[in-house]
Amino acid sequence: MNLTACLALSAALFAIGAYGLVTRRNMIAALMSLELMVNAALINFVAFARFGGPHHGHGDPESGSLFALFAVAVTAAEMALALAIVIAVHRQRRHLDIRELDGLHG
Amino acid sequence: MGDPAMTGASAWETLGRVGYGILALPFLSFLINGLWLGRKSPRASAWTATALMGLNLALAVILAMGYRAMVLGDPQGFPQRTALLWNHTWMDFTLEPGTALAARFGFYLDPISVMMVLVISFISFLVNVYSIGYMQGDKGAGRFFPLLSFFSFTMLGLVVSSNLVQTFFFWELVGAASYLLIGFWYTKPSAVAASKKAFVLTRFADAFFLMGMLVTGIVAGGFDFAHLNGPEAAAALNHTLTAGMFTCNLLTLGTLGIYMGAWGKSAMFPFHVWLPDAMEGPTPVSSLIHSATMVVAGVYLTARLFPLFSAAEHTLRVVEFTGAFTAVFAAAIACTQTDLKRILAFSTLSQLGLMMFALGTGGSAYPASMFHIFTHAFFKCLLFLSAGVVIHAIHSNDVRDAGGLRKSLPRTYWATLIAVLAIAGIFPFSGFFSKEEILHAALANGRYGAFLAGLATSALTAFYMSRYFFLVFHGPRRGSPAHHAHGDGHKPIREGLLMTLPILVLAVPSAFIGWLSKGFFLDHVKPPVPGFAEGASAAGESHGAGLGGTIGGGAEWLPIVATVLALTGVAVSWYWYGLKKNGPGFPGRAAPLWYRVLADKFYIDEAYLFLAKRVGGRLIAAPAAWVERNIVNGAFDLVTGAVRKLAFLQGLFHNGQVQVYIAVALVGLWLLARFGSVGY
Amino acid sequence: MASSWILTCTWVLPLVSALALMAFPANATSGVKRFSLFANALNLVLIAWLCYLFFRNPPQAVAGSTQPILAFATDVAWFRDWGIRYHVGVDAISMSLMLLAGIVVFCGTLASWNIESRAKEFFVLLQVLAAGVFGSFIAFDLFAFFVFNELTLIPTYLLIGMFGSGRKEFAAMKLNLMLMGGSALILLGILGMYLESGKHTFDIVELSQVRFEQGFQMWAFPAVFLGFGILGNMFPFHIWSPDGHASAPTAISMFLAGVHMKLGSYGCLRIAMYLMPEGARAWMDVFLVLATAGVVWGAIVAVRQKDLKYLNAYSSVSHCGLVFLGLAALNATALRGAVMQMLAHGFITSAVFCLIGMIYARTHTRLIPEMSGLMTRMPFLSVSFIIAGFAALGLPGLAGFAAELNVFLGGFAAGSPLAVVCTALAVLSIIVTAIYVLRATNAILHGPPNAAAAQVTDATWLERVPLLLLLACIILMGLFPGRIAGLVDQALIPILNNLNR
Repeated sequence: MNLTACLALSAALFAIGAYGLVTRRNMIAALMSLELMVNAALINFVAFARFGGPHHGHGDPESGSLFALFAVAVTAAEMALALAIVIAVHRQRRHLDIRELDGLHG
Repeated sequence: MGDPAMTGASAWETLGRVGYGILALPFLSFLINGLWLGRKSPRASAWTATALMGLNLALAVILAMGYRAMVLGDPQGFPQRTALLWNHTWMDFTLEPGTALAARFGFYLDPISVMMVLVISFISFLVNVYSIGYMQGDKGAGRFFPLLSFFSFTMLGLVVSSNLVQTFFFWELVGAASYLLIGFWYTKPSAVAASKKAFVLTRFADAFFLMGMLVTGIVAGGFDFAHLNGPEAAAALNHTLTAGMFTCNLLTLGTLGIYMGAWGKSAMFPFHVWLPDAMEGPTPVSSLIHSATMVVAGVYLTARLFPLFSAAEHTLRVVEFTGAFTAVFAAAIACTQTDLKRILAFSTLSQLGLMMFALGTGGSAYPASMFHIFTHAFFKCLLFLSAGVVIHAIHSNDVRDAGGLRKSLPRTYWATLIAVLAIAGIFPFSGFFSKEEILHAALANGRYGAFLAGLATSALTAFYMSRYFFLVFHGPRRGSPAHHAHGDGHKPIREGLLMTLPILVLAVPSAFIGWLSKGFFLDHVKPPVPGFAEGASAAGESHGAGLGGTIGGGAEWLPIVATVLALTGVAVSWYWYGLKKNGPGFPGRAAPLWYRVLADKFYIDEAYLFLAKRVGGRLIAAPAAWVERNIVNGAFDLVTGAVRKLAFLQGLFHNGQVQVYIAVALVGLWLLARFGSVGY
Repeated sequence: MASSWILTCTWVLPLVSALALMAFPANATSGVKRFSLFANALNLVLIAWLCYLFFRNPPQAVAGSTQPILAFATDVAWFRDWGIRYHVGVDAISMSLMLLAGIVVFCGTLASWNIESRAKEFFVLLQVLAAGVFGSFIAFDLFAFFVFNELTLIPTYLLIGMFGSGRKEFAAMKLNLMLMGGSALILLGILGMYLESGKHTFDIVELSQVRFEQGFQMWAFPAVFLGFGILGNMFPFHIWSPDGHASAPTAISMFLAGVHMKLGSYGCLRIAMYLMPEGARAWMDVFLVLATAGVVWGAIVAVRQKDLKYLNAYSSVSHCGLVFLGLAALNATALRGAVMQMLAHGFITSAVFCLIGMIYARTHTRLIPEMSGLMTRMPFLSVSFIIAGFAALGLPGLAGFAAELNVFLGGFAAGSPLAVVCTALAVLSIIVTAIYVLRATNAILHGPPNAAAAQVTDATWLERVPLLLLLACIILMGLFPGRIAGLVDQALIPILNNLNR
């Protein structure tokens, strides 16, 4: 287990997440993809904390993990909000197809 | 007796207070009646206004006596017969350090200002008395008296001005007051139109007055009359500017601008059109406008600045020409009019023309012109007030509906007769003397064209005024058709005391004031400038056209010729209008062309209408509004539209699809990472 | 009058009251109105008291000085690193404009008494708008000035967009786009001056001592002057104002035309001309022509307007043109005339907009041909309308004349043939002014009363208060302009000294 492997895993997760976010039509699926991307970033945090960055030799395990924990908490809150929106949208529209939700168009 | 200087000082102080009072009383009347009493009790407001104007008249008499004793009685102390009761700075203009250009409010005493204060107070008071009767039962009576007081106030403020800005200040207020009074019956469309016409036309002239005033003030270095009428001001102004092919003399330009104001206010041709329409106001207002306020303001301004004007030869020629032309022009129109008040209005125009051209002929006519303002005020006021009685009696403005009123309105009849004789210039009534002086002066100054115009005007005046008189009071009673239809055609006509009393009072000065006051005008009324006071006859010397000069002397044949002309006018009109037992015929459509042109007032109103509606409205304002809407504002729409069109990215990416936005963001991120200086 | 925070209260008070209003329940309409009226009355009293203190003992400028003498000044660091300071103070110009703003805000609150739906939002935004304007008039730091100035834009947008009538969204957008465009130009100039001066300061007083390079002034002056000119209703950038006024609710029309526009002309004088006098001298012929074009054009276009609000909006274009004419003539009398015209037009136009709002509330129309003979039923409003109309057409004894006289006199005295010709054209425009004012007065007040006029009622006492207050100001300023003119002269000394350096 080394830094490269962790970064590769993170990159793969991020790519999968990004692909899903852009292509999935279902809102919940898109949210799950989003969650994948966030977690890819979290893996990076932890990995750099464990193995250190390119300049410092080794990282600071405590603050790295702390950031990851914060991010988890924030993501949880964000997801709660997002799911609330999903429910609201579902109530109103009776579907969750993102392509149909083009209300941002000016 | 204490120290004579001390008593002199305290006497001046008292006179100063009288001056404040003269301006304060009518204003007070305006405030009290306008803000409170007018709505509460129109009747009480009428009497209050009248009482205050009566008090004002008393103060004016005190002022005149004080002036006579302290200024005229002291030729060493006051060689120019002018004095300032008080003078307050209203606004200083700090153009550059050293120039003291200031707008002041003062109380200027000289023969003509004192004369005007007396005339205005006297006439206003009588008109107020008359109006109590005239406005009785009118719904707007509570509004009428405050406005009437305000009108008197503005005119009093104007005549006592010590400063050109003060004159302009009150000048505009006179215009506003007349606007409100002409449009007094504001639900009547013709009255509304007339009020607007009067204001806009005089305002047009006033814009030039304002320009002339500012240019004159700046170049001459002051707005005070004492300064402007001095030789330094004329000298400072008298230089010629050349701009390309145009050359203009600042003195001519400035005085012409100022004269434009007088031109409009005194309704000289071609600005005369507002005055006949101003008849739409209540008759007391007409009488005030025509005798003591508003229209004489123009002549007064020209007289006030006469020394400056007389330095500008070209301006004087313009004054003379406009005056002479208007005198004949208006008199000719008056011969064919059938509206009672319109006949009188055109006669006013004609008389104003006389006063104006007299000033234009030169300095020796100055007293004559002022003399004519003075006498004219009384008989013209009388004529209007009596016309009001007639209108009240027959419920019509048309002379064709009048006739034979001699029996039913005896007091009005005799009073009107006196006024008609006065205005026609029959010896020994007042108009004879003043008109005589004007003709004399024109002849003495060698202005033969103006002199002939004056003679023609005299003859025409005698004709149309006696026509008026015969049509109204002699012959059979004609009555209006509408009137007969209502069946009240034979309601007894009464002359109310409140309305006839002022008329009878006015008959006295109309008859006698001419020979009573001639001496005063010849001795004391002179342009307030050193060099003129000595009365040296110097036609053509010093200040351009001759000032000073001899009055009353010269051609002895003139009174005879003028009287013969006037009597001829009366005789002709007697032959045409008075003699026929069953009344004259009025030419209708079958009238000869020249008669129709006269009756339709040379179609000048129509020309104005064309100018205002077609040229002003359709050729200027309407296209401007279109350009504003479609081109100036269109520029904004064009720019925003172009921006919107240019933003084609919006069509490609901003389609509301979240996922497209995310994809774009990711691509952007990649681009930044790949090509930007992101990273280490 | 050393450091004093009393002046800061004038903009904090409305802002705090806006915050307090947010705490009100949404349906407490009458409470919201009463509270904002109370706050604005309090602020007016505060300003009036400051005015009293100021006018009783006005700071005397030193004859040759180019530095303004400020009363009630405060100067503390705000962002020390960037040289941004919170520097406030007043001279006679800003003091009198503060009084104008205080009166108009107070009157506007009363004129908005009939707002029922979303009253809370309305008054919150109104208070924020007021805070922005008060702050701008007292700021002597360019950055602070700019911040306060921007603070006014958003509430204006929302107030017109939410509470307006007609094409309100379009009008709000047009207004904001153009004013933001102006702000961009102003910001450009401000940053330019900051960098160019090399003094690391935004302070107006300090920057006034810097003599910027001619080359810099040649582009920065027109940018700033134009930026403020857009806000100040300068032809041909006035086009936001007619649509904006026509769509805005009464109080906002009053505020926009009466006060907000004055911020523009104030900025032209205080910032563009004062800080970059060489640029001013070089560019003034251009602005002289634009100003005259505005005076004449606004008047002519006003003649054809059927909507009372459009009529008054174009009349404002004409009258604001006179402000710019006064500025462009570049001499003491003309500049004083410009300042007095700001005040006079502020009072007159807010009175007219106030009246139009009240007439509209009764007749439900603003179209001149649809009204007739209103005087029979509402004498008070009609007499007020006539007085305000007379003031607009420059009748002596009312505020407009006192100001115009100075502008015209200064214009003629400026000496250059162009200035004389321009002034002459401007003087001639008073004829056109008389035509459109009397046309409106005669058409709606006079004439036989029509069916619509039969049902209207005269003003209530609550409505009479703002009208009486504004008319009193118009009459007082018209009758006694000497005192205010003298004070303004004092405040103009530094600006003139800079212009003549």
